[in-house]
Amino acid sequence: MRFLPLIVANLLRKKVRTALTVGSFGVALFLFGVLAVVRGAFRQGIDVAGADRLVVINKVSIIQPLPYAYREQILHLPGVTDLTFDSWFGGVYQDERNFMPQFAIDAEAQRRVFPELQVPEDQWKAFVADRQGAVAGEETARRFGWKVGDRIPIRGTIFPGTWEFNLRGIYRGARPDDDRTQFWFHYEYLDEKRQWGKGMVGWYTVRIGSPDLAAQVARAIDDRFANSPYETKTETEKAFATSFVKQVGNIELLILAVGGVVFFTLLLVTGNTMAIAVRERVGEMAILKALGFGDRFLLWLVLGESLLIALCGAVLGLGGCKLFTLGGDPTHGMLPFFYLPPSAMAAGLGVAIAVGGLAGILPAASAMRLRVADAIRRV
Amino acid sequence: MVRVDGGEAARGLIRVRGIDKTYRRGGEEIHVLQGLNLDVEAGEFVAFMGPSGSGKTTLLNLLGGLDVPSRGSIAVAEDEITRMSSSRLTRWRARHVGFVFQMYNLIPVLTAFQNVELPLLLTRLSKAERRAHVEAALAIVGLGDRMGHYPRQLSGGQEQRVAIARALVADPTFLLCDEPTGDLDRRSADEILGLLTRLCREHGKTILMVTHDPMAARSAQVVLHLEKGVLTEGVAGGRAL
Repeated sequence: MRFLPLIVANLLRKKVRTALTVGSFGVALFLFGVLAVVRGAFRQGIDVAGADRLVVINKVSIIQPLPYAYREQILHLPGVTDLTFDSWFGGVYQDERNFMPQFAIDAEAQRRVFPELQVPEDQWKAFVADRQGAVAGEETARRFGWKVGDRIPIRGTIFPGTWEFNLRGIYRGARPDDDRTQFWFHYEYLDEKRQWGKGMVGWYTVRIGSPDLAAQVARAIDDRFANSPYETKTETEKAFATSFVKQVGNIELLILAVGGVVFFTLLLVTGNTMAIAVRERVGEMAILKALGFGDRFLLWLVLGESLLIALCGAVLGLGGCKLFTLGGDPTHGMLPFFYLPPSAMAAGLGVAIAVGGLAGILPAASAMRLRVADAIRRV
Repeated sequence: MVRVDGGEAARGLIRVRGIDKTYRRGGEEIHVLQGLNLDVEAGEFVAFMGPSGSGKTTLLNLLGGLDVPSRGSIAVAEDEITRMSSSRLTRWRARHVGFVFQMYNLIPVLTAFQNVELPLLLTRLSKAERRAHVEAALAIVGLGDRMGHYPRQLSGGQEQRVAIARALVADPTFLLCDEPTGDLDRRSADEILGLLTRLCREHGKTILMVTHDPMAARSAQVVLHLEKGVLTEGVAGGRAL
């Protein structure tokens, strides 16, 4: 700590240059944070997927339905402890830009299979008691300014007509990255009112006794409906979420590529800055060596400056990104959540420190190798 | 008493025996110092004079452990510095040598106080102890009221005095001054020379100074002439060797 004033004083000698370099780190880390948020949003289903949950979809495609009658048959297979189902509704609230995922759900089993999505008991009872009742995620309710008791009209696109719902509850996620944007209503209401597709559901979510049984139960379900008009494809919730994300594209690779280019550029910029800073101070470094400061001290002095720049930039960028996410979702619900988790912040900090260290290592090594008699002669 | 004959009887604080320094430049060997002997006792103020390229600064660098001779040995007190590793030599420098350079070489982004404190950062002294040492050193050079000033806010003479305080603050065994008045006007130069003389007389500091300036050399007790890498003669401030 006794050398910190020296490091700070060195950085402050060229304030504009230091500010620009810190700013470069800040912008890169802000971008890193935003990419982490987007990646997290896309991976949300994967990361929060229950290890003891399987998803059963139509073997042809997820948009092809499955019979409601499968419910009892699946429920009686060995290893299955519970089951619920959902159907995609795809309606529009006021404007097509107001996207939110809407599901007709099995009110009886929903909370047992998805205990992390929590609804106050009184609100849930009110929902169950009202055939036109609905439950919205807290993010969606906040976005549209809904409160319990509101009447919500939704225009059907798959199932035509205006569908009226009474908002009876608002759910919240037990974990920070749980999806808070869904809109649930009774499957019975959908099935009763729709003109086609009666007796069909979108997919089943099955709870199993142990994650170890996943492969066995999945095989049993698919075997049970093999060669039927509605063959099934069963996989773990994590695998299902992963394949769902892959349908959008290789988001992970895209994010890694963008992040990689940004950080490589940052490495070059910071490395160049540090090289110039060392070159400008060859005489001073020689004097420090003459005074008795060792080679390693010089190495750590330059590395310390580089790391401090990186650290300040990281705090600026990641702090800014955190504030940005706290300000609300700018995509208006297109992403299931807009949240920068501490793990991503820690990763950003780690990347910044790595880039700062790498950028400083060559200039630091040249400072370390400086031959003091030669350098003093040049002063 | 300073001797340049390398006699066995001489047992000074600094003992230089038969040092050569050769540089290789473009395939050609340049012999900067040749078979140089020197004995300096504690508390002496020695000036080295000689034309440019005569090897004065090279000798100073060798004495200060900034460079190593091609041949020969240098011992300071009980330490044979020519046999030390680079890292040990660095630690030895911190403990035993105070450098004063022609261009002052203060760190421009540090205050006078912080510049003088630099050598103490390598010690185990507490912050309060370091402060006391720095204040004392700055008081000796008459800059106790300029502690918070940056080098750019000081005159050349004041900067050199800060550099002297920095050289003194860790109480080194000896001071090496390379043209300490070379960049100063006469008045400032006289102040610096007066200060060095006082440090030698009142504080018993051993000072070795390289200079081109005969006026500056007169402040020293002993003046040695270096020519073509050989110490050829010695004339003291009024006395011959």
